[in-house]
Amino acid sequence: MARRVTARRMVVSTVAAWFFGGLIFFPILWMVLTSFKTELEAFTVPPSFLFFDWTTENYATVQERSDYFLHALNSIVIAGGSTLIAALIAVPAAWSMAFAPTKRTKDILLWMLSTKMMPAVGVLVPIYLLFKNLGLLDTRSGLIAILCLGNLPIVVWMLFTYFKEIPRDILEAARMDGATIRRELTYVLLPMAIPGIASTLLLNLILAWNEAFWTLNLSTSKAAPLTVFIASYSSPEGLFWAKLSAASTMAIAPILVLGWFCQRQLVRGLTFGAVK
Amino acid sequence: MKPSFGALVGAAILSISAPAIAETLTIATVNNSDMIRMQGLTSDFTAKNPDITVKWVTLEENVLRQRVTTDIATKGGQFDVLTIGTYEVPIWAKKGWLVPLDNLGADYDVADLLPKIRDAVSVDGKLYGAPFYGESSMIMYRTDLFKKAGLTMPEKPTWDFVIDAAKKLTDKSAGVYGICLRGKAGWGENMAFLTAMANSYGARWFDEKWQPQFDKPEWKKTLTTYVDLMKAAGPPGASSNGFNENLALFNAGKCAMWIDATVAASFVTNPKDSTVADRVGFALAPNAGLGKNANWLWAWNLAIPAGSKKVPAAEKFIGWATNKDYAKLVAAKEGWASAPPGTRTSLYQNPEYQKVAPFAKPTLDSIDAADPNKPTVQPVPYVGVQYAAIPEFQGIGTAVGQQFSAALSGASTVDAALAAAQSSTEREMKRAGYIK
Repeated sequence: MARRVTARRMVVSTVAAWFFGGLIFFPILWMVLTSFKTELEAFTVPPSFLFFDWTTENYATVQERSDYFLHALNSIVIAGGSTLIAALIAVPAAWSMAFAPTKRTKDILLWMLSTKMMPAVGVLVPIYLLFKNLGLLDTRSGLIAILCLGNLPIVVWMLFTYFKEIPRDILEAARMDGATIRRELTYVLLPMAIPGIASTLLLNLILAWNEAFWTLNLSTSKAAPLTVFIASYSSPEGLFWAKLSAASTMAIAPILVLGWFCQRQLVRGLTFGAVK
Repeated sequence: MKPSFGALVGAAILSISAPAIAETLTIATVNNSDMIRMQGLTSDFTAKNPDITVKWVTLEENVLRQRVTTDIATKGGQFDVLTIGTYEVPIWAKKGWLVPLDNLGADYDVADLLPKIRDAVSVDGKLYGAPFYGESSMIMYRTDLFKKAGLTMPEKPTWDFVIDAAKKLTDKSAGVYGICLRGKAGWGENMAFLTAMANSYGARWFDEKWQPQFDKPEWKKTLTTYVDLMKAAGPPGASSNGFNENLALFNAGKCAMWIDATVAASFVTNPKDSTVADRVGFALAPNAGLGKNANWLWAWNLAIPAGSKKVPAAEKFIGWATNKDYAKLVAAKEGWASAPPGTRTSLYQNPEYQKVAPFAKPTLDSIDAADPNKPTVQPVPYVGVQYAAIPEFQGIGTAVGQQFSAALSGASTVDAALAAAQSSTEREMKRAGYIK
């Protein structure tokens, strides 16, 4: 029997949810507010919250100094491309592990995950040399490849746990009816798994969008995504908070909008399997 | 023999692109106002050199350092001109990573470069980095608060005077603190200040045999003085304050004194940025009567990596950006106060510059008072005032900085911090093979 929800409990939990939501969102809000201040106001102690002279000059300066659209386009191509390729590799891989496991499947899954345990900086020099010799430095294709490889373990794992939840019997029934593997994948498995795949890919897209180690180190100017754009506005000597905030706001805006529209899938994907 | 299709296509592409070949220089730089200004003036260079185009990669200092180091160590060839500090120049030049700059144009007056700065970027008498702007550190203080308290800042103050004044000027109820100093951990953050301060107290990082010296009384005196002073007269939470945080405090009128980079002078006297712009005085960094002031020496320099295939074009650019004429160009567009400071004698002899920059003389005096080749009272095996120019210094400097920051915040004691600094530095120096 479901627990009875009293009005009081409802109010308390709503208030708590809004409070914690606000707490988590506050840094982003603060960044957006700072982006509309002058540099001097951004530095004022104690800081002013809403009552200051709102200005858009930071956005104008940022726009004038760097090519936002080139960086944004690079981010879209790199994050989108790496997600797409990861999906093409991970869906069949997760399918075979979920529905045709061998005794080594567990080991393979763990081995894949173990590649994420090494700090990226540990392989920076070898990867840099490889990229240099292959002519991939400062190219979008190089960044797509490295981000795709970096995120594959997570994508495979998420899809694997998702596919595990799908009853084998349905797939077997399809097979009994004479479906080939390709048909079984495209007509039976995929339609049932769409929400899981969507949320996995969305998460991968966000991870790739925010990735700031490889994108900073392997790109120079042509392929530089928004992470490089942000990094050019921080400085140890000088007033830069307002401009940095404006650049960061511009950088997260596209992914924030995407995340807002897809939040249902995101939450579903992240909590999947928590409740059986 | 018939030419192959591929060769034809190749020839066609070549014939289309050949006349349009303009060399593109990729220049890596930091996000400091003088560099951003240079970026804005690029069109002057490209107008004079129509066969060269310029692409800028501007990054935050630490990101840039990592990015550029990786590229130069692997000979990646991604950059044609690098912006590097006085710390990197001697290390990289000795490794053969940099091209010597002996071809910067006939009108490039090397003798006009400030001698201390030129020393810092030369190895065996050869210039490996062309200084773009230079800085030292000095005391910036509030003339109104000093007057009110009946104090007069000497031109060359001692630590005793500074400590005494800081305590007198502190009014915690009014939110005014006697002195603001760096506390944030990092080899370029608190350790830049503390190493310079230690030099003035007769301490040194290493003895002639590379043995770390944190167990010596000079370091104890330095750190005890620093921690006690900040407890008595420093702002709350000082262990997380770096240059920018202190700048904010000073500009908001919360610090009576601030010892930091000379470039800050133009920020604190600019009425657009500062609420105390018309009430700031300058003095040399303090000394303890041992012949060394607590001031550092730094310059951002333009250099050419050994892997670049566009050395002549890169030389042209560096010749343009660090020449005397560049200061005139900046002056014509934005006024003399914006000219990049700390690199050329001629700038400090220019009466127009002296008129608009009240900080010109103290800046020059501070730079002259620093000696990267003889930074300490006792002899040392390294060059560099607020750092030791060895590749390991970034790592050990930051580790020691964390210990000292903890001593300031109260998470550790002065003795414990010094002991930890000594053992971590000893371990690293052993590992790197300097000592057995």
